[in-house]
Amino acid sequence: MATTNRPDAPDRDSLVKMFEIQNKIKITDERFRSMMTSGQIQLIYYSPRGQECISAGYAVHLRPDDYVVTIYRGLHDHIAKGVPMRELWAEFLGRATGTCKGKGGPMHVTHPESGLVVTTGIVGAGIPVANGFGLAAQLSGTDQVTVVNFGDGATNIGAFHEGLNMAAVWKLPVIFVCQNNLYGEHTPMAQSTGVEYISERGASYGMPAVTVNGNDPIAMWKASAEAVARARAGEGPTLIEARTYRFWGHLMGDAMEYMPKEERKAAMAADPVPAYRAWLLENGHATEAELNEIEEQIKAIVDDAVEFALNSPEPSLDELYTDVYEEIIK
Amino acid sequence: MSTTEPRIMPVGMAINEAMDVAMGLDEKVFLLGEDIAEPSGGVYKITKGLSTKYGTERVRKTPISEQAIIGAAVGAAIAGYKPVAEIMIMDFIAVCLDQITNHAAKIRYMSGGQTTVPMVIRTSAGAGRQFGAQHSELLEAFAVHSPGMKVVIPSSAADAKGLLVSSIFDPDPVLFVEPMLMYWDPAYAGEVPAGDYRVPLGKANIVREGSDVTLISYGRQVHVCKEAAEQLAAEGISAEVIDLRSLVPLDEATIFASVTKTKRAVVVHEAVTRCGFGAELSSRIHEELWGTIAAPVQRVGGKNTPVPYAKNLETAFLPQVEDVVAAVKATNK
Repeated sequence: MATTNRPDAPDRDSLVKMFEIQNKIKITDERFRSMMTSGQIQLIYYSPRGQECISAGYAVHLRPDDYVVTIYRGLHDHIAKGVPMRELWAEFLGRATGTCKGKGGPMHVTHPESGLVVTTGIVGAGIPVANGFGLAAQLSGTDQVTVVNFGDGATNIGAFHEGLNMAAVWKLPVIFVCQNNLYGEHTPMAQSTGVEYISERGASYGMPAVTVNGNDPIAMWKASAEAVARARAGEGPTLIEARTYRFWGHLMGDAMEYMPKEERKAAMAADPVPAYRAWLLENGHATEAELNEIEEQIKAIVDDAVEFALNSPEPSLDELYTDVYEEIIK
Repeated sequence: MSTTEPRIMPVGMAINEAMDVAMGLDEKVFLLGEDIAEPSGGVYKITKGLSTKYGTERVRKTPISEQAIIGAAVGAAIAGYKPVAEIMIMDFIAVCLDQITNHAAKIRYMSGGQTTVPMVIRTSAGAGRQFGAQHSELLEAFAVHSPGMKVVIPSSAADAKGLLVSSIFDPDPVLFVEPMLMYWDPAYAGEVPAGDYRVPLGKANIVREGSDVTLISYGRQVHVCKEAAEQLAAEGISAEVIDLRSLVPLDEATIFASVTKTKRAVVVHEAVTRCGFGAELSSRIHEELWGTIAAPVQRVGGKNTPVPYAKNLETAFLPQVEDVVAAVKATNK
């Protein structure tokens, strides 16, 4: 198969699309947190705030039939891959109209039509599963690619090592996106990880690997462009380490005493989402009016999704025993 | 095959034939596991010849990476394939249990039925060859305790083929446990129907009819029960022997009908007795047939120890014919 053309800069549509995805994530996250804080809703919630540019940066390269695997902190990946907002909100709130009929929840959002095929709650476990999607594409002779997302903490679990090695040996069309937010749960990376950069680990599998500033949408776009083109061309997997920061700690309600206050303050001051907005305007890629309109549209979509979810029924109790097996086995 | 000659073959060959048949029927079926391709064809030769016939894309040798093996099977199954993953020895299930219980088993449920995992995990199991504590154990209870998994253990060559073909085409993940001692021992060889032969999951087999006591078992221990039934017959006790074939789904109707008739039951398996599947069976019989049964259900299983190495200790660990006979007598006290 010939190597596909690898563009070296995003076109205007991609630039605007990335803005739209980032803001959809940001506005959704802000709504979840405000509704939780006010006591309107209760749920287990892992905020993706601060990591928006990573998902937006790879997602604009993907087709609906490409696969994305993610983890419990996956809302940004769900939105970026195009999981519909109504069903996404309803799933988070445990409603019958959710993506998984309310049976999965935030940690297991699944929407095959969008290509969001697995969300796992087990650190690192999505990596071996992603290889299976890559293998299926390889066996079928399609050029579908699989993006699997995980944190820096996941690179210390056995599944990461086994999965990257197998992907390299079999030249699978899988892109391993390590969203390195510098903390594994409550432990800083330096106290848990023997290398400075996760990308250093690529060499031990013979896999191309790169570290990028995950908060720089153009850098993330470029690294993804190259990795996706390589995978589509049958040239094998890539490890992308995208450096970022999570604004709200591990789990909503986290006291964050293990995160230095100054460090967090600086990260939030450098918020990549408004920074990208300013960059688009400064460089004439979009007008203030255009971006305002996109933001207004997103707010309306989120309003509608919240309304839809809140007004949706809980699953019927009959659903308890369905979907365990194809037939009901009690 | 047009011959009417009986096709007698060992269990290992019947399992090979099941995979051959399934791969011939459906190009979505593929195999992956350690050493399974030629020239070795697997450490127990169960996949002998298949990579030559179907190619190394469909009969894939893997690194020694059990999590990666099961994970790849899970993903490929969701994406529309029917993978048959081999975990060389059942004790190694512990290395990849996360992929089995948290992923293969739960994905249909967690996704609200949008994604399914039609895959088989084949694994060899059992003591009796002095392989020691980490290469001899039966761990079927792990999988039975994971809603979403089906669990199958054959006791004959014909069932090994028929149940495996059914498992490969089953819409749910199946743990297929192969009693290691039975693979190539001619004592367990038997007639195996040719072609696309299937035995449904969830249908127990009454391998011997009787009226005084029901022996409920699966896998190699079915043969221990058959021998015990012979001895008991000589003493005038008529034992019915039920081979469950699959633990999930479980054919409770056949169990309850038999125990209603005999009023006495002994459950027999090789896994350690404590929290083994026999505890569940015993409990279900007591719940359903209290007032009908004439005596408490007896359990015969492996001793509550790791599997020992020394021959005499290993033999003492394993359920023996005399243990079954003694348990039957205990129901007659």
